Amino acid sequence: MIVDSRLPRLTAYAVGFVTLLLLYAVQAVPARAELRIDIFGPNPPEPMPIAIPAFSGSGADQQRGQEIASVIAADLERSGLFRVVDPNAYIQDPDSLLVGPRFADWRLINAEALVSGSVQTQGDGRLRAEFRLWDVIAETEATGQAYQTEQENWRRIAHIIADQIYERITGESGYFDTRIVYVSESGPATARVKRLAIMDQDGANHRYLTNGDTLVLTPRFSPTTQEITFLAYYDDQPRVYLFNIDSGRRELLGNFPSMTFSPRFSPDGNSVVMSQAQGGNTDIYVMDLRTRSARRLTSNPGIDTAPSFSPDGNQIVFESDRGGSQQIYVMGAGGGGGQRISFGPGRYGSPVWSPRGDLIAFTRQHQGRFAIGVMRPDGTGERILAEAFHMEGPTWAPNGRMIMYFTESSGGGGRSARLQVVSIDGRTSWAVPTPLDGSDPAWSSLLP
Amino acid sequence: MTMKVFTLCAAVLLLVACGSSEETVSTGGGGTVATPAPGGPRAGTVEDFQINVGDRVFFALDSSELSPEARSTLDRQAAWLAQYPQAQLRIEGHADERGTREYNLALGDRRANAVRNYLVSQGVASSRLETISYGKERPAVVGSNESAWAQNRRGVSVITSGAPIN
Repeated sequence: MIVDSRLPRLTAYAVGFVTLLLLYAVQAVPARAELRIDIFGPNPPEPMPIAIPAFSGSGADQQRGQEIASVIAADLERSGLFRVVDPNAYIQDPDSLLVGPRFADWRLINAEALVSGSVQTQGDGRLRAEFRLWDVIAETEATGQAYQTEQENWRRIAHIIADQIYERITGESGYFDTRIVYVSESGPATARVKRLAIMDQDGANHRYLTNGDTLVLTPRFSPTTQEITFLAYYDDQPRVYLFNIDSGRRELLGNFPSMTFSPRFSPDGNSVVMSQAQGGNTDIYVMDLRTRSARRLTSNPGIDTAPSFSPDGNQIVFESDRGGSQQIYVMGAGGGGGQRISFGPGRYGSPVWSPRGDLIAFTRQHQGRFAIGVMRPDGTGERILAEAFHMEGPTWAPNGRMIMYFTESSGGGGRSARLQVVSIDGRTSWAVPTPLDGSDPAWSSLLP
Repeated sequence: MTMKVFTLCAAVLLLVACGSSEETVSTGGGGTVATPAPGGPRAGTVEDFQINVGDRVFFALDSSELSPEARSTLDRQAAWLAQYPQAQLRIEGHADERGTREYNLALGDRRANAVRNYLVSQGVASSRLETISYGKERPAVVGSNESAWAQNRRGVSVITSGAPIN
């Protein structure tokens, strides 16, 4: 994808128009000091009203312009930080918007931010899209960019624009131009068919990576390459594998004599930390992907599993029943020791360190219910974000503000497993659409 | 109103269905040595092992400890294996659905190895035994109730080869 930096001609246009408008602009009553949402502040932010009219385009591009605007709107709305003003209320039409916003028209419908844009199929068949984000109150252009790409990548352009808007307004990078790898499930509980599948974070562009012949579990993205690591039962030997998303090539990771499972990449992508179960005892190992040498990090008779690196790579959070019940511990990345950090009621497992480093997400089981929560790396500040009959397996959006997990209904034939997202303030949640049932989600980094 | 009645009926039907499937599945729990009924499986077959010996043992919640009942099942398995020395076993460790994915894989491994270690202590050569954990991935019984969970927390001995007659 080609990213044009802002085109001088267009900027000149915009500046000229804003100057003109200022001549007759009514005095604005600022609802906010600036176009800003503080997402990690002490108080949960109120959703910012934003208007996202269809991007203008002629002929076949007109439909694309509408689709791009809807993808952006859906991304921003689902974040819980924005409220998209009903398009039926928009006064100014998309074509005249290209010349410049009539800010009074947008203030009238209480929009604080406005996105304008256009799409055009180029002579070479590629799609060109540009957008501008406007501060309706201050009557200024906040940011803008133009992109060119193959037609089939149009959704990526929309997600990238949504990320730009999110970043400009929150000051934090977004998470919309990302993918999810997960396990697609079908069939009865006693003979469940599980396949690796990959899709955009909003469920679009879904495709399967394995055919369902073999049981597969817990896929995790590499932070740096187009690879995932996962557990598979090829030849009835449960082992950790690497899988290249582009080539479809699969590779057994290491030469372990017994079951390896629960793999996860290190933040630099150079190693994979995982568990090996041997003779009834499960310990944690780390494998250097360049030398393919493995090192044992824990050695005690308990179950030590579900390891996850801190984003600086210096520590590992994991679960262990060494103290009698399943709880969360933190140890140095070199292994040995481990400080217990979970002390609430019940059992704690599947810890995952936030990419921001500030929180650890976990699964809690207490009184027959499962919950997803977060705590600080020292174990303080525990908060439960969601609770149900069954939920587990949290994974972080790359900006550390949303958590995806899966939830299962109780019962037999009608069992269902679904992917769910919740914000770390617990105020926003939504179900990720999948063609069949879904479990074991993993959220990618922002795409390169 | 009509809708509610329908739902209730469905729930009752489900319960009945669960109840009946329990009885057909829990075959290996008995403590007595069954004598093959006339017309039953022939001695030495996989079916003989599954039905007359008992191919599975059950575990308490979050435990890999062998109950006296489990030990007596495994004693019969060891005796059968002594009688048919060519038979090879794969011991599957399973967990119920009330645990996290990774923990249950580790727990299934513990259970499979508890079975394996007991059989070895009863004189079965370890070279005849392999283990595999399925965690909570392959429940024997469908259902989200104590009875279903109790039947799914299990170690199952599967004859992979060497049974004289099939």
